[in-house]
Amino acid sequence: MEITHYLGLAAILFAIGAATVLLRRNAIVVFMGVELMLNATNLAFVTFARIHGDVTGQVLAFFVMVVAAAEVVVGLAIIITIFRSRRSASVDDVNLLHS
Amino acid sequence: MTASGAEAALFWVLAPLMVLAALGLLFARKAVHAAVCVMFVMVGLAILYVAQEAPFLGVVQVVVYTGAVMMLFLFVLMLVGVDSADSLTETIRGQRWLGVLLGLGLVVVLLGVIAQAAFPPAVGLAATEELTNPVALARVLLGDYVLAMEVVGVLLVTAALAGLVLTHRRRLSVRPTQRVLAAARVAALPQGSTLTPLPAPGVYAQNNAMDTPALGPDGEPLPHSVPRVLRIRGQERSATAVLAEEETLVARDDLRLLGVGPAADATVEQVGDPVATGTTDAGATDEGDEDGEVR
Repeated sequence: MEITHYLGLAAILFAIGAATVLLRRNAIVVFMGVELMLNATNLAFVTFARIHGDVTGQVLAFFVMVVAAAEVVVGLAIIITIFRSRRSASVDDVNLLHS
Repeated sequence: MTASGAEAALFWVLAPLMVLAALGLLFARKAVHAAVCVMFVMVGLAILYVAQEAPFLGVVQVVVYTGAVMMLFLFVLMLVGVDSADSLTETIRGQRWLGVLLGLGLVVVLLGVIAQAAFPPAVGLAATEELTNPVALARVLLGDYVLAMEVVGVLLVTAALAGLVLTHRRRLSVRPTQRVLAAARVAALPQGSTLTPLPAPGVYAQNNAMDTPALGPDGEPLPHSVPRVLRIRGQERSATAVLAEEETLVARDDLRLLGVGPAADATVEQVGDPVATGTTDAGATDEGDEDGEVR
């Protein structure tokens, strides 16, 4: 098994996350798709750190995790606010600006 | 560089499972199932990190992602409503096929790039591992990236503040104080409300005390001490009926205490029949009482 197989796994997970963002309507599930994409990138970072023998990749993955945690807080707060005003967590119902 | 046999086995067991769980996120109808699937993927990633000479990140992955982020997701799911199922009607025409096409295209492009790219021979992290992994990480984090780390700290504080501000709800009316509430209760007295709490139902052994009214100081039963639901359903019982029933039980116990040996059981059986009829009589009078109260 080559180490680059990890990159293949990361690519597949990233694509599944992207497809989730494109296909699902529930805002929370869409958000989980974003998290999956971030995780896939982290796996690629860690693998590249190993390929190049440099822990900088791991540090960057660490930064991604921290930023993702901050992003989750803000994103979920926005979802809750939208749910309070529209009684729905579907991304298609947020169409106030639609004509 | 090829990985060791054990690592290859771990990868080939874990990777298909993780892809399956990720597909669960894509296809699960219920959001909670999707969240559990994502948790599985994240734990799998943590194991892969540890296998890839990044034990610190593996621990952080478990703590931050499965411990904090996914718990937050589940918390918000419970808040928003678990049963808010996804609608499957298309609002944008052709969106589904376009999404599937783009997803598959992304897989093809990314895998193609990885297959085409020429990677340098993998070095492995053994060279940096004269330090332990967390120490090596800290050297880089607090050396080359110390400014970025400070900025990330500011970002975290900002995000915490944003979470507070975004979920803060402004009170539109004046909050009623205790004085206002008391004045409202006194003002409602002419309409027949009471100032004091309602009396509790009567307490008797051997039966459900909720359905029996309490007796007032004058010995009269207080019908409003029985919960309103039981009264409306007609499941209320009068205190006299309950007391009569208890007396029959006491009498039966007395007989059992007087008699010794198996012969006593026979007497109890014999006496049991009139006792039973007495109970039914009591029940009949009970019903009559209830009718009277309803009228």
